[in-house]
Amino acid sequence: MKRQGFSALRLLRAGLSGQRSWQPQWRRCEPQASYDAVIVGGGGHGLGAAYYLAKEHQLTRIAVVEKGWIGGGNTGRNTTIIRSNYLFNESAALYDHALKLWEGLSQDLNYNVMYSPRGVMMPAHTVHDIQVFKRHIHANRCNGVDNEWLTREQAKAFCPPLNIDTNIRYPVLGAALQRRGGTARHDAVAWGYARAADALGVDIIENCEVKGIRRDAQGAVEALETSRGVIRTSKVGVSVAGHTSQIMAMAGVSLPLESFPLQALVSEPIKPIFPCVVMSNTVHAYISQSDKGELVIGAGTDAYTSYTQRGALHTNLHTIEAICELFPAFRRMRMLRNWGGIVDVTPDRSPIIAKTAVPGLYVNCGWGTGGFKATPGSAHVFAWTIARDEPHPINAPFTIERFRDGLLIDEAAAAAVAH
Amino acid sequence: MLLIHCPYCGDRPELEFSYGGQAHIARPTEPQTLTDEQWASYLYLRTNTRGIHAERWRHIRGCARFFNALRDTTNDRILATYRVGEQPPAAAETRA
Repeated sequence: MKRQGFSALRLLRAGLSGQRSWQPQWRRCEPQASYDAVIVGGGGHGLGAAYYLAKEHQLTRIAVVEKGWIGGGNTGRNTTIIRSNYLFNESAALYDHALKLWEGLSQDLNYNVMYSPRGVMMPAHTVHDIQVFKRHIHANRCNGVDNEWLTREQAKAFCPPLNIDTNIRYPVLGAALQRRGGTARHDAVAWGYARAADALGVDIIENCEVKGIRRDAQGAVEALETSRGVIRTSKVGVSVAGHTSQIMAMAGVSLPLESFPLQALVSEPIKPIFPCVVMSNTVHAYISQSDKGELVIGAGTDAYTSYTQRGALHTNLHTIEAICELFPAFRRMRMLRNWGGIVDVTPDRSPIIAKTAVPGLYVNCGWGTGGFKATPGSAHVFAWTIARDEPHPINAPFTIERFRDGLLIDEAAAAAVAH
Repeated sequence: MLLIHCPYCGDRPELEFSYGGQAHIARPTEPQTLTDEQWASYLYLRTNTRGIHAERWRHIRGCARFFNALRDTTNDRILATYRVGEQPPAAAETRA
């Protein structure tokens, strides 16, 4: 169906007519009786998977069912950091696949996702940090992923608010910098994929909660029971982050996942001062500045599993203390909002994008605290896996069976941080 | 921050504790007989309960002892705590 395109000219025209000529970005759909494939979960990963299913594979009747509204889950709750400087070959291939898609995503979707490769800088605070980061840099170079070492003076030049005094508890001794890393507008990613998928005929069904997964006599998926009726389909792709365990249990599938609250917070908006993204694993400070001017700060997960979408204040305090030491100029700033999301964490902190033991049931989960950066790549290989009933070479190592076979992709150990 | 009732020391703030994950997972008594599936299940599979969850806590900055708790993961309310080796109290006995 024909969708209203976006261009500078159209923006100008709409401006002259009081912005009243815009159409809804996607249709309001009633669920049909059956589909070729249904994606459960209308976040970036799920909408993206529907988009690539429609665009690159032969499936035509596709739906996305979302319990809440588009952009209301973790897609709209994260701190929007994009990078691909992971240690292991499997991870570098997956995350760099995503980064390459980020680079052309706005053009592909005709929707400005505001991908901004402003650089992700990771300060080193100890001798161990220096050794680990340099190892990462060399491993990344071997995999064709950009990452470079900065001295502390170069780090300061790249990020002027950074405190490189040697008299603080964890002084900055240098930093690793991925220049292609950066940020994107998280809501726009969900909206852009929703709009582009809708234009290709995908039904996006909001306020539709999955209540059960029906299977036939052979055990294969045959229908979804939802709050808006039964939807027949032989292929179901589950992409629901923190509630993966509950959805998969409906088909009798257990996964090595635990769900934790992860918090983020933003400050009052200020003029542009912070030119890049800084992530310090050692002192746990994750910060960037949005285009609206707010400092966007990511805290750690709470210690215990939970589904409350809120976390403890002391978890936020921990990261704020680190940021105040690294960036003393922010000490008197006020924080405007904080919130939590529920993230599903695997034992090795790498995702699962795979077929399951149930024919027709596929799962994309375990992104833990770092799924946003992978959105386009994850969606792309998940769509491939669903359409062809076999993994794309990039997600082939990210199976459920790797935990049985001892083939972990242990980014948890590689990063030495609770992601 | 949670207020957690240590069965040995009484009510203390969460900062004094560390979390130990799902409770009542018994180490295999005859590990050499386990299949890879059974090992993976023991090491990695967790219930990830949405609702009342039996879990281990350790009063690391207090008496340093492990104990168990029943917590509702939908609202983080701790319903009961009990000592290692004891069975979880029935729902009726938990302090709501």
